[in-house]
Amino acid sequence: MGEPDGHESATPEPSITGQPCQGCLSEARRRFLTRISIATGSVAAVAVAVPSVGFLLGLRRTPRLWRDVGAVEQFALGATVQVAFADPSPLPWAGVTAQTAAWLRRTAEQEFVAFSVDCTHLGCPVRWLADADLFMCPCHGGVFYSNGEVASGPPPRPLSRYPVRVADGRVQILASPLPIT
Amino acid sequence: MLRRAWNWFDDLTGLTAMLRPLLLHPVPKARKAAWLYVLGSATLFVFLLQVVTGVALSSAYVASSGQAYSTLQFISGARFGSIVRGIHYFGASAMVILIGVHAIRVYLMAAYKYPRQMNWLSGVVLLFLTLGMAFTGQLLRWDQNGFWSAVVAAEQAGRSPGIGNWLGHFILAGDTAGGATLSRFFAAHVFFIPSLIFLILALHLYLVVHNGISEPPKAGQPVDPRTYRVWYKMLLARDGEPFWPNAAWRDAVFGSLVVLVIVGLAVAIGPEPLGRPPDPTLIGASPKPDWYLLWYYALLSVIPRWSEDAVIILAPLTFALLLIFLPFVANRGERSPLRRPWSLVIVAAIVLTVYHFGRLGASAPWSPRLEAVPLPTSVVGTNAGPVAVGAKVFYDKACEFCHTVDGYGGIRGPDLSDAGDRMNGDQITTRIYSGAPNMPSYRGNMSEADLASLIAFLESRHKIPPGAGTAPVKR
Repeated sequence: MGEPDGHESATPEPSITGQPCQGCLSEARRRFLTRISIATGSVAAVAVAVPSVGFLLGLRRTPRLWRDVGAVEQFALGATVQVAFADPSPLPWAGVTAQTAAWLRRTAEQEFVAFSVDCTHLGCPVRWLADADLFMCPCHGGVFYSNGEVASGPPPRPLSRYPVRVADGRVQILASPLPIT
Repeated sequence: MLRRAWNWFDDLTGLTAMLRPLLLHPVPKARKAAWLYVLGSATLFVFLLQVVTGVALSSAYVASSGQAYSTLQFISGARFGSIVRGIHYFGASAMVILIGVHAIRVYLMAAYKYPRQMNWLSGVVLLFLTLGMAFTGQLLRWDQNGFWSAVVAAEQAGRSPGIGNWLGHFILAGDTAGGATLSRFFAAHVFFIPSLIFLILALHLYLVVHNGISEPPKAGQPVDPRTYRVWYKMLLARDGEPFWPNAAWRDAVFGSLVVLVIVGLAVAIGPEPLGRPPDPTLIGASPKPDWYLLWYYALLSVIPRWSEDAVIILAPLTFALLLIFLPFVANRGERSPLRRPWSLVIVAAIVLTVYHFGRLGASAPWSPRLEAVPLPTSVVGTNAGPVAVGAKVFYDKACEFCHTVDGYGGIRGPDLSDAGDRMNGDQITTRIYSGAPNMPSYRGNMSEADLASLIAFLESRHKIPPGAGTAPVKR
């Protein structure tokens, strides 16, 4: 079979039947066509892969935003209470999962500390036991003192803290990424 | 008419020409071991069952962090919805069990040796993909347990050296567990992992036909890569039988029975109940994996703390590498488990480990019982005086969450039902003030009055009535 562009073999190559074939492509031509097929396919694959994988791997970097959790006078001096606030960048379809929680304690007239609820062992939510003055994790029994230091069990480091500030009589927590140990 | 239609269709598609050699390809007669060969096909049956029920569930499931829980409630209340969820739930368990037992059968019969190394490797990948499906599926229930399991998974991945922080947030699909997290797990469970399963499964089945089904091993009949293929061909010529229906009927019957059992369980028991909503501000959560990963959860809970980082990442990696290298380092020689007694020991060790730690994970003795109730008067023995006050301190200071007294409380710490037989007041004080690796120190955290009451309470705990004889040796 002849090629319309006139690239016919000078030395006939065997056809797929093994018989000499007049007008078949030369070996060099076939090699070229193989390479160009692979090359264009690879370029197309990269063109698809770069945005797809980039999108998949790209982390959604969220801004760190101050979240209002209530008026200063709402919080009794020395008491540790659970507060809820929106995470740094709630998505419209996140529903209840857009919320996050922290343990907030008023330590002075205008001073507060806020602890992450995530245990530093494997992230389970720690509970505040007011009578015992301890944070306790239900998963593997990690225990933290009221200042967040490790009291016992497997947690490798103290509870993470959120920055807290008082602005215009309101307590605000800096919503931050989940602390990964 | 139908025959003519079929012939027309068959002529255009070449279906018979393609399937006939596959169905009729010769296989060795397995005789007494024949029923051991149905486990792989049964896994395939259950996978297809999961695909069918998964497609049905996905028609109503909304993979949105804010709505998934509600849609699961809707599915559970819809006609047949609970049964379909139940089939999918028990199907997942069945698939994990069947692929595990299939892998054990192949290992014990050393069917991973030449020329079936690639069969084994593709099977190993399918085993891990199945576990991946099981984990991501549990998470798609997206109740409180599902939500916190995502957080725990991210924290575990965070232990990876170098890339831990990035990997943890990659799993969460962002900086926090929220809107994008469920979508990521949904995509993995419904598209990414199943696509890989279909792909590897096709390779696995192709290899089963290409290399032939392994014959039951015989002691004293080792595999020699130089002669095996010729020998196997002669075996089939001498003693083979067509796959369909001579061997395949067992696959059909067993696979169908497995499916019927799964459907029966779904009807009789129903799916795993939904927990509380995935609200991160509901702190009372204690996430646990489903049974198939409970043993790993337990293992991580009992290993020494210094080894945690290594075990979390290295243990599964080492196990995977062992499985991958196995067919290369042992590609020839005896196949019979009678000549490979260590293979029996290894399988027994793995099964016992999974069983033991699975049971341990179910009871989770390391977890404090935060739901414990104050000791009743019948246990305390009085409702007034220092002993009664001490019992209240025992509860208020969270001692009871970790220590049992007459069946009440946690089991993380020693049983204190007989504390008065084993310790005196000074020893109790030392322990309360100094703490222990698994017990916080209460120095500065307990008033002297409370301490005195607590000691009075603990000293009143006896198995041996006071004055009945010499107390046992104190610890």
